[in-house]
Amino acid sequence: MSIFLNADSKVIVQGMTGSEGMKHTQRMLASGTRIVGGVNPRKAGESVDIDGTDIAVFGSVADAMGKTGADVSVLFVPPPFAKDAMIEAIDAEIPLAVVITEGVPVHDSTFAWAYNVAKGQRTRIIGPNCPGLISPGKSNAGIIPANITGPGKIGLVSKSGTLTYQMMYELRDIGFSSAVGIGGDPVIGTTHIDCLQAFEDDPDTAAIVMIGEIGGDAEERAAAYIAEHISKPVVGYVAGFTAPEGKTMGHAGAIVSGSSGTAQAKKEALEAAGVKVGKTPSETARLMRELLS
Amino acid sequence: MLVDLFEYQAKQLFAAHGVPVGLGEVADTPEQAQAIAERIGGVTVVKAQVKMGGRGKAGGVKVAKTPADAAVAAEAILGMDIKGLTVHRVLVDPGAQIESEYYFSYLLDRSNRTFLAMASAEGGMEIEQLAVERPEALAKVPVDATRGVDLETAKAILTEARFPVEVLDQTADLIVKLWDVFVQQDATLVEINPLARVASGDVLALDGKVSLDENANFRQPGNEDLVDQDAADPLEARAKEKHLNYVKLDGEVGIIGNGAGLVMSTLDVVAYAGEKHSHVKPANFLDIGGGASAEVMANGLEIILSDPAVKSVFVNVFGGITSCDAVANGIVAALGMLGEAATKPLVVRLDGNNVQEGRAILNKAAHPLVTLAETMDDGADKAAELAATAAGN
Repeated sequence: MSIFLNADSKVIVQGMTGSEGMKHTQRMLASGTRIVGGVNPRKAGESVDIDGTDIAVFGSVADAMGKTGADVSVLFVPPPFAKDAMIEAIDAEIPLAVVITEGVPVHDSTFAWAYNVAKGQRTRIIGPNCPGLISPGKSNAGIIPANITGPGKIGLVSKSGTLTYQMMYELRDIGFSSAVGIGGDPVIGTTHIDCLQAFEDDPDTAAIVMIGEIGGDAEERAAAYIAEHISKPVVGYVAGFTAPEGKTMGHAGAIVSGSSGTAQAKKEALEAAGVKVGKTPSETARLMRELLS
Repeated sequence: MLVDLFEYQAKQLFAAHGVPVGLGEVADTPEQAQAIAERIGGVTVVKAQVKMGGRGKAGGVKVAKTPADAAVAAEAILGMDIKGLTVHRVLVDPGAQIESEYYFSYLLDRSNRTFLAMASAEGGMEIEQLAVERPEALAKVPVDATRGVDLETAKAILTEARFPVEVLDQTADLIVKLWDVFVQQDATLVEINPLARVASGDVLALDGKVSLDENANFRQPGNEDLVDQDAADPLEARAKEKHLNYVKLDGEVGIIGNGAGLVMSTLDVVAYAGEKHSHVKPANFLDIGGGASAEVMANGLEIILSDPAVKSVFVNVFGGITSCDAVANGIVAALGMLGEAATKPLVVRLDGNNVQEGRAILNKAAHPLVTLAETMDDGADKAAELAATAAGN
């Protein structure tokens, strides 16, 4: 098992015919993902040859779903068009939409979230500004490198792409059930809590690594949730102890405002919930090893 | 990223959307302040333009009865230091006979993934203070982004905040227009404190605070002009011109990495290592992102090496999409381009995609300034040690 994404997932790519879309569609195919189509209204009916595989281009998400049975869409649509692409995915009620795009205006992601809520949340949105998710050995929806490690019993949820890669690398001998990069924007579709609950329910996940960073209160909320609802062991890591107040550290959401959003407060909240928190990625990996030994 | 506006910029945006404001003009000399006060006539208020609360208490707001008084007030305020910020401009506003003060704002509520209206019939106080001392006096009403704020919603918000009936209609009209500011300008915060009823019976914005979302710059062509160039750190300004994601910090170890999370983590690991090495600290945040070309690496190195506080540099890359051989080639090319300008030691840690090729390239180049590290922890320790040694000389 795995969460949100498995070997049967049929994946389409919105924005496949752009340069990023092409590059990563190729990588996803190479890592075994069942890519069943691309979406581009201006190239509907055409097909694209990717390393010898013919991928059909459809005019809309709904059309692609109807003709292929797709249940996952990965979005590489540039920021000015990302909102409409998200709305299209939500309207088509695709079960999972993974928004890789970085730089989406927060009014657009907040609108898309409100729209999804109004429609009854038939679509799980991951991102925006995220690396996507991988269930090693099964499927890969996004830009996480598939060659870092293979399947195993650790579940990982992280705001950051490269810290996801780093942690998968540190624990590569154990392997992962799924690793989900939820994104570093202020408003995202899938939270730490959603992933924690999914890992709790996944029989193949034995323990969970949760990676957070400065800004907002998602980690504090996750800590409260863990104390109440999560029985599997959780190891945590929080980045940004040295970040000064009022400066955005790369991710749009990574900012300490006044006394809120500090790494220290997040660490304390997690520890109070019984989560072991590493000071560095390597120490975090060590804590996970001790837990599983 | 956010852009915070000065009060006068915020009020200009308000005025452009029809939100009533008591808006004067901006001066950067006492003479200009006097001339503006003469044009306005009567009593004026001279207000320091700094992006910091509490300027009133710090003496940054003065009432002037005559134009000559306005010049004296401006003289006193210009150059003043308010919580570490120097005042370069004052806003000279028409004086207002305030009858009542209220509070109103729209903002992004991250935790609940929605927009929020906050309103109180008790204004004039810092909102953080009001929220703590009299939470029952502050209405917090979620706003559905797909519906927005029409007159009916506006009246409901104000009624919940117990605004007096006699100002309800005109304030509702005002906050509908303020919603237009919030949405059409891609703001994450618009705040009016105080929103005031003046002697004429009119309700208007006597102050204004606005934060804009830089991700929306592609459809907000005016935003670039609103950035305060005076306040920007010169290295940050140069980095921005080269489209580098750079933040200047107060330390000795320059940092280059890929991905915001990994770079933040690298800063922390270097700071921990520094505890053993004369307490050196990270000198900056620099995320070169995916696909680090030689040019991006060269630009990044050039900025970091030109920071006189930097004593050593730690390059920490995990090749996900980025391949380590490209990064290694970037470092070699960058050092070649910089030539004798490169004088500080570099510690490089590479892992992930094409790591063997990357390390081989650096080993072959055998640049005297470059040391390869096996792990992130080792690299951070080595870079901190080198910085401490250099700082000791």
